[in-house]
Amino acid sequence: MELLTQPWPWYIGGPLIGLTVPALLLLVGKPFGISSSFRHLGSICSPKTSIAYLRENDWRSELWSLVFVVGVIAGSFIASHYLSDSVVRLLPDHYHQWSGGLRLFIGGLLVGFGTRYADGCTSGHSIMGLSSLKWPSLVATICFFIGGLIAINALDLWAPAP
Amino acid sequence: MNLIFSLLAGSIFGAVLTKSEVASWFRIQKMFRFEEAHMFLIIGSAVAVGAVSILLIQKLGLHTLEGREVVIREKSYHKGVVIGGVLFGMGWVVTGACPGPIYAQIGAGEYWAAFSFLGAFCGAYLYAWLRPRLPH
Repeated sequence: MELLTQPWPWYIGGPLIGLTVPALLLLVGKPFGISSSFRHLGSICSPKTSIAYLRENDWRSELWSLVFVVGVIAGSFIASHYLSDSVVRLLPDHYHQWSGGLRLFIGGLLVGFGTRYADGCTSGHSIMGLSSLKWPSLVATICFFIGGLIAINALDLWAPAP
Repeated sequence: MNLIFSLLAGSIFGAVLTKSEVASWFRIQKMFRFEEAHMFLIIGSAVAVGAVSILLIQKLGLHTLEGREVVIREKSYHKGVVIGGVLFGMGWVVTGACPGPIYAQIGAGEYWAAFSFLGAFCGAYLYAWLRPRLPH
């Protein structure tokens, strides 16, 4: 039990994340990906939109994706409340205030815009795409890292964490 | 039936994101500062297991639970893969979360991550709106 409540090492976490790929392919019949959930939510929130990307999206046949993210929230809730000895901290203290909320919102904008523009995120490109040896996903993954390196150095220069 | 498995797979995935701290802002900072190998090993081993799984599915000719052929969608290359990819990478550092971990952070009780989610939703909407005018 104690092993379960400690943070899990990479050799448990990584393979389990990898197994999500065959689990979804075989049990649900869908390729792994998460950022498309933002698109489906957009389609649901604006059924009469003139925006083609949202209107021409058959979210009903992709309902699994929204159920999956509900599962992610639930699983993470269980992990932090019942499978952890101490309080789980995933964000730093300086994000627990309005200025941090603004930073998170701006970062979120980049995540939502970027993943939809790139047609995938770490799940769809880096895990699913690389696992199925798709070269555009390799390009995407390299670009994710380039963006991350730019941001971490730019933030250190201009907006260091307090 | 599909949806039950989807919920189950999502729950395990969400628990793993939190327990292996993939959803931790601190781990993301350390990855991009090359201070520890944790995230690289997670992603690397996940891809290895995913790749072997797909290879096995194809070699054994496995079908989905409903008996259909396993289809892996082609990801086509366009300019957005580069531009969007770089923008997402920047957001990943700022929020300390890619899309899966945004949901996981909220589930784990990091409620300020709701701002990341709101931002991501608006960002996706912004892309949908600007899409006809963006290079692809």
